Amino acid sequence: MSELLQTEICGIKMNTPILAASGTFGFGEEYENFVDLQKLGAVMVKCITLKPRSGNEGVRIAETPMGMLNSIGLENPGVEKFLAEILPRIKKYNMNVIVNISGSSVEDYGELAKLLNVDGVAALELNISCPNVKDGGIIFGTDPKAAFDVTAEAKKNTGKPVIVKLSPNVTDITEIALAVESAGADCLSLINTLMGMQINVDTWKTTLGNITGGLSGAAIKPVAVRMVYQVARAVKIPIIGMGGIKTCADAAEFFLAGASAVAVGTANFLNPNVTMKIADDLEKYLQRHNLSNISELVGKVK
Amino acid sequence: MTMSEIFESEIKSNVEVAPTIFKMELDAPELAKIAKPGQFLNIKLPSNEFTLRRPLGIASTLNGVKVFYRVVGRGTKFLSELKAGTILNYVAPLGNGFSLQEHSKVLLVGGGMGIAPLLSAAEKLREAEVLIGGKNKAEVTFWIKEFSRLPAVDIIFVTTDDGSYHYGRKGFVTDYLPEILSADKYSAVYTCGPDVMMYGTALEAIANGLHCEICFERRMACGLGACLSCSIETVNGRKKVCKDGPVFDAREFVEPENILGN
Repeated sequence: MSELLQTEICGIKMNTPILAASGTFGFGEEYENFVDLQKLGAVMVKCITLKPRSGNEGVRIAETPMGMLNSIGLENPGVEKFLAEILPRIKKYNMNVIVNISGSSVEDYGELAKLLNVDGVAALELNISCPNVKDGGIIFGTDPKAAFDVTAEAKKNTGKPVIVKLSPNVTDITEIALAVESAGADCLSLINTLMGMQINVDTWKTTLGNITGGLSGAAIKPVAVRMVYQVARAVKIPIIGMGGIKTCADAAEFFLAGASAVAVGTANFLNPNVTMKIADDLEKYLQRHNLSNISELVGKVK
Repeated sequence: MTMSEIFESEIKSNVEVAPTIFKMELDAPELAKIAKPGQFLNIKLPSNEFTLRRPLGIASTLNGVKVFYRVVGRGTKFLSELKAGTILNYVAPLGNGFSLQEHSKVLLVGGGMGIAPLLSAAEKLREAEVLIGGKNKAEVTFWIKEFSRLPAVDIIFVTTDDGSYHYGRKGFVTDYLPEILSADKYSAVYTCGPDVMMYGTALEAIANGLHCEICFERRMACGLGACLSCSIETVNGRKKVCKDGPVFDAREFVEPENILGN
């Protein structure tokens, strides 16, 4: 694999700085026909909670101009089944597995972090930004004090790097970023989805069963680039940038804004092999600009 | 299970067969060889305007792969305007498909666009009878033409909501079903269409001691079992329509006490 793209983020060696974003990539195995999973920097697997969750009722997705809304509602089999069945099953792919976790209390995050402090897990990503469930996530992502507590609790309970996934649904994202950095976070990932909704004007009903959902896709990219830029100037820890990336040029914007790696989400739905294309094109892009490693592009916006 | 992959095929034809309903034929001989009835394609619309693919059930694998769709939104409108000769990118074959066990005679019960997967099942079954329902005459006559070409299909029962198809009955397929099931011997029932119709059909089939398979239609994003947009509740917990289905044994949706209570 090309040395141009090799990188290391909080101790995790990555063959490329292109990751798959949580919630869009299952546990990685769903994409094995389309993607060389080892060529991904990591797979950020579907959010795991302490107890199994069945997710939200009714329609869960809607296409929007240059994007989509989702309100899956953190459906997942729970940490016990993840550890007993899924993690052993995906070991054979030899990929970096970053486990996205969500809880409804500070203690939940600590307990999850402790349970997931096992072989085969490269890092944890704290989901404090899911807009689609009432009892978890976002309440910790919109208050600096709560974000600090959750991060500190997770750090206390694991030896793994802790990545905190930030919500864009806040007035000042740098305030939350600084809070979790001071609590010991090793890395930040941003942005999660923007809260939105869609109304069917024929039926006068909301499209989504959950009424509101999270907006993702190309439509949110400028918001994400701006937030990565702002946060990169405020913190010292590395950033995994995400939000509407579907081409190498999109990815390059995030690196220039200050991201050390990027994650691709919604674009996987349209092109299940898009991450491979972005990695290949990024290599050519670096060559074209006479750079010898991706790290030389990080934060170089003029 | 067959491996799904990304295909590119030429559109051979794309014509309106009833108001807002289109039939599209793809030049896809390799897919035709491996696809099973009940499986589907996830089609990428050739425009940068769309974020998601559009899942469509395979309706036929004889002489190319055929799909049927109703124009309901921006995506299907765009699809309906594509000309023959356009190259279409799609992921296929997706999902599990009907079991096609060695049934003697299968009754295929469909409504609306849910009739499409049943047509491809009829192509592969040894003996089948069909019960289909639509809003009006225009929405059933093209299906009748498609089914009557197939040697395995003996009888086609028809209902329309407004009674405009005079050789059929006015009402829903579920009104007609008990009579049909009691008049003849079937080994299984396959059903696809609106949920209410499928559940009604499944209850009736199971009450008659018949094996019943339900083929679901749901909004999907990935089609690969990753995004959980199409997840549904079964008696065995949550299942993914795209990966665990779209075809399920009807008993996964019908609690035994519901049957006994009937």
